[in-house]
Amino acid sequence: MTAVRRTLASAGFTLGLPLLLLLGWAVATRSTTTIYFPTPARVGEAFVATWLDPEILGRDVLPSLGRFAIGVALSIVIGIAAGTVIGSTPWLRALLEPMLEFFRAIPPVVLVPVLMLVLGLGDTMRLAVIVSGSVWPVLLNTVEGVRARDPVLVDTSRSYRVRGALALRYFVLPAASPQIMAGIRLCLSIGLILMVISEMFAASSGLGYQIVFFQRQYMIAEMWSGIVLLGLVGVVVAAVFHVVERRVLHWYHGSREVSRG
Amino acid sequence: MADRTPLLSVTELSKTYLSATGPVEAIRSISFDVYPGELVCIVGPSGCGKTTLLKCVSGLLPPTSGTVTLDGAEVTRPPATMAVVFQEYGQSLYPWLTVRDNVALPLRARGVPRAERAAVVERALEEVGLSHVLRTYPWQLSGGMQQRVAIARAVAYQPEVLVMDEPFAAVDAQTRADLEDLVRRVWKDLGVTVLFVTHDIDESVYLGERVVVLSASPTVVQEDLAVDLPAERDQLGTRALPRFTELRTHVYGQIQRAKRGEQVGAA
Ligand SMILES: Nc1ncnc2c1ncn2[C@@H]1O[C@H](COP(=O)(O)OP(=O)(O)OP(=O)(O)O)[C@@H](O)[C@H]1O
Ligand SMILES: [Mg+2]
Repeated sequence: MTAVRRTLASAGFTLGLPLLLLLGWAVATRSTTTIYFPTPARVGEAFVATWLDPEILGRDVLPSLGRFAIGVALSIVIGIAAGTVIGSTPWLRALLEPMLEFFRAIPPVVLVPVLMLVLGLGDTMRLAVIVSGSVWPVLLNTVEGVRARDPVLVDTSRSYRVRGALALRYFVLPAASPQIMAGIRLCLSIGLILMVISEMFAASSGLGYQIVFFQRQYMIAEMWSGIVLLGLVGVVVAAVFHVVERRVLHWYHGSREVSRG
Repeated sequence: MADRTPLLSVTELSKTYLSATGPVEAIRSISFDVYPGELVCIVGPSGCGKTTLLKCVSGLLPPTSGTVTLDGAEVTRPPATMAVVFQEYGQSLYPWLTVRDNVALPLRARGVPRAERAAVVERALEEVGLSHVLRTYPWQLSGGMQQRVAIARAVAYQPEVLVMDEPFAAVDAQTRADLEDLVRRVWKDLGVTVLFVTHDIDESVYLGERVVVLSASPTVVQEDLAVDLPAERDQLGTRALPRFTELRTHVYGQIQRAKRGEQVGAA
């Protein structure tokens, strides 16, 4: 009984504000005639007509999402691998840290023209744009997580001679996993932004391209529906991340709850 | 005893830390031998360098000078035949592994096959009375239980030498008494050599077959004392023996003398 009520309450909290905003939007646009702010109903129509069209889905949406998935996957793999090596090698870290901070500080958008020159206009360039921005939080967080291992556990692992691949799997990576997951969270949101940006230049398909295209054609409702689609993708990505994070870090959340009493 | 060869020898060991604020002399010179199958307690005042000594003995920290030899070979890195129970027991368990996996990981590192591993782990947890928490995580356990997991991990490792650093400093009196008896039992059952560090004088006399008394910093061996109490010990009986009182008074006096000596030397 109370469980049902709690579920309902949490659903109310999750959906309440979005519904309220939607209502506000509907009320605000009901009497206006400006074409820049169409009604929710109009945007909904455009959404169904545009993004559920198999042709657009196959030509624009799925390839975009595919590049996003591959791009962030590359960032995660590269970031964790390089971060682990750098974080566990003090001299390498001392050598690279200032440079890493420098590269991270470069807004990835300004790299787009450079990457276009070097890599051409294909998928490789677009993936490179995504990776060039989203790899940093994973990399730097992994470095920090690997470096800041608990000294008692370091001694424990050394004295029980837990080394090499076994230490990586059961000590180094789990110890760094709270930081790594925080990095991945950032990686996902940066990756989504860069997926769109990578398609706004010299592209002929993709979600970002379509949104710019609709804007140029004054297909305002379609443009808004693309923005709604991006928001929904973000929500789904965040939800999947949340589920994975709860699984990977269940020990972390559990032990923190215990120590908080 | 004198004609046996020692299993573990600490010879003129000294350790000076080079910290940011200058050198810290933690240990001036410590020498003692431990023979196979002995249970030796090392007792010394807080901050006298007991943890430093154990880290050198277990190959985790290079001494500034002097040597540690185990089975005739100099210890320069953690030896395969030694298990350590750390002072910070809570932090020494992997929080992302269950109790069973915590105990099993060192065995895996050593290449013990899976089936044998499971049996050894279960036996070790049974030994410390924790066979009911196999799938629990360490942070779900009380401090005393966590310490027993750490002991089970060391026992499962089947070491020749078991090294323990003030393992019971942070548990309540009743748990502490139980764990002391557990150490005696493990020592007897497994025939392992135990080096047990404590700052508690009563504990050192109750547990040890021998007590090595350390001075306050700069640390030297103040006395190396044989404990001639009966082999069967129990918390009430043994602690009520006149000989127990004599020994603890003696060790207490030694530690006081060490402190006074240092004060006189410093003045
Ligand atoms: N890494 C370090 N760098 C500098 N000084 C240190 C370091 N570790 C320990 N010391 C110093 O060495 C001395 C001995 O420390 P140690 O931890 O070995 O003592 P202890 O007898 O184990 O103390 P306790 O009874 O509190 O466990 C102390 O003065 C301590 O401040
Ligand atoms: Mg200590």
